[in-house]
Amino acid sequence: MITVDGVSTSYGGTTVLGPVSLRFPDHGITSLIGSNGAGKSTLLTTVGRLLVPDTGSVVLDGPDGPLDVHATRSRDVATALAVLRQENHFDLRLTVRELVSFGRFPHSRGRPGAEDERLVDQALDLLDLLDLQQRPIDQLSGGQRQRAHVAMVLAQDTRYVLLDEPLNNLDMKHAVRMMRRLRRAADDLGKSVVMVVHDVNFAARWSDHLIALRDGEVVAQGTPREMMRPRVLEAVFDTPVDVHEIDGRPVAVYFG
Amino acid sequence: MRSAPATTGRGAASTIAALVLVLVLVAASLAVGGYDISLSDLWTAGSAREMFFISRVPRTVALVLAAAAMGVSGTVMQMITRNRFVEPTTTGSAQWSALGILLVLLVWPQAPVLVKMTVASAFAFAGTLVFLGVLRRVALRSSVVVPLVGMMLGSLVGAVTLLLATRAELQQSLAAWRSGGFNSVTAGHYEPLYAAGAVVLLVFCCAQWFTVAGLGPDVARNLGLDHDRVVLLGSAAVALATGVTGVVVGFLPFVGLVVPNVVSVLRGDDVRANLPVVVLVSAALVIGCDLIGRTVVFPLEIPVSVVLGAVGALGFVGLVLVRRRSLRG
Repeated sequence: MITVDGVSTSYGGTTVLGPVSLRFPDHGITSLIGSNGAGKSTLLTTVGRLLVPDTGSVVLDGPDGPLDVHATRSRDVATALAVLRQENHFDLRLTVRELVSFGRFPHSRGRPGAEDERLVDQALDLLDLLDLQQRPIDQLSGGQRQRAHVAMVLAQDTRYVLLDEPLNNLDMKHAVRMMRRLRRAADDLGKSVVMVVHDVNFAARWSDHLIALRDGEVVAQGTPREMMRPRVLEAVFDTPVDVHEIDGRPVAVYFG
Repeated sequence: MRSAPATTGRGAASTIAALVLVLVLVAASLAVGGYDISLSDLWTAGSAREMFFISRVPRTVALVLAAAAMGVSGTVMQMITRNRFVEPTTTGSAQWSALGILLVLLVWPQAPVLVKMTVASAFAFAGTLVFLGVLRRVALRSSVVVPLVGMMLGSLVGAVTLLLATRAELQQSLAAWRSGGFNSVTAGHYEPLYAAGAVVLLVFCCAQWFTVAGLGPDVARNLGLDHDRVVLLGSAAVALATGVTGVVVGFLPFVGLVVPNVVSVLRGDDVRANLPVVVLVSAALVIGCDLIGRTVVFPLEIPVSVVLGAVGALGFVGLVLVRRRSLRG
């Protein structure tokens, strides 16, 4: 469980988030949805301690009891929680395997053992990167690079994995594959995945829990079935939305 | 990080090639000089042996240490600024250390070398922090603008240094000192460079931190590394290496720029795997340039910095062409 208590975050004097209090469930996939500028990424990166909140606290279940992510030594947090930003600009020339191996850094502190190699292999396999593992990341397509970054945070082997728009840069086929892989990470590896998803239909199809933000505040949350209702979605996105049942699943139609 | 079998093979081959080259150059550096010393003289003639250990050996050791310090400093700077085109002379650090050394000359001409080193390193550290502070404030990420900012700061500090030197009529010693020469390196004068060697060892020990820092503040923080602390540590290491090298032999331009980039193009950017090669290639470059400087106008000498300037400028142009892709952005 991640408990967010009274968190507010601002950029340059303007509060863009909160105060927000909520709990992220301990299993499965939780998706943050909402319009541009609703505060989804700010909430995710604040929980992931990449941003420091002005007020409030974020506490998760660490290996040795409750762990306040902003008050605990960063390397101790790094073994319990992994976070990946949307844009990861660097031009280091590393192979895919080298990059993914850095996910083991919080555990191995630079001296990888057999267990580290096993988890790197597992992450590479899960993201279908075994064939690409010796390729330099600067020679990969945007989608492949995205997979390599996700593999790195999965190799970190943390209970909580936070991803900011992991479907960014991915076409339909690869977006579906990515969600299937994250589903496996949640179901088979028992991880609690929290992510920002732009497309509400993708979020509803693959998540266990949806949290909707608007203007920096949580306006609704629930299971996909509870959330995929015209009244709820219209309030969240401020635009007319129809919901149709297709093959037994709710699908939002919002194309005007 | 364990590299791939294929890369390890290629890596080992290039490391061995660099090592052989350095050994050959070291032998050449020991053999070349104004005083004719043959191998047999070393055993038989006491004066030849004395000359060998007072001049040739220190010079060669100094070349290796200074080269290693500059190459490793370049690698560290490039990782902590995440920019391919910075090194101590393009961040202003070297110019700041020169200002420090001049101030010592003005205030306390007879200061022991340890004081000079400390002041030079402190100034280099302050200069690096000024550079990083400016970068942070203007949030520049464009890879060409960053070294331009550094060079601008460096020129400014250089101008102040020159002005002070002119007032005190110290331009001559400033010019002599800046030209980076190893001709005055003899036993009793090069030993401070072992401190630069210690910095190289320190960087070896935390090599992995610098690669992680190169992945950016957010990735570093996710991996539990305090990015700011690594930047500070790296800046201190670079400042110490620059200050010490500056006091003993002056500026060695382009080494920290060209060598890490060549190694990166050939082998990627895993700092820990690359450092031994960076050290070897830097040593080969500096010893090679020093040998050129010692032989082309024999029995006179061209300072190594002049030769490095010529060789390095060519290398830099080549680098810009190879790295054109990372220049955009």
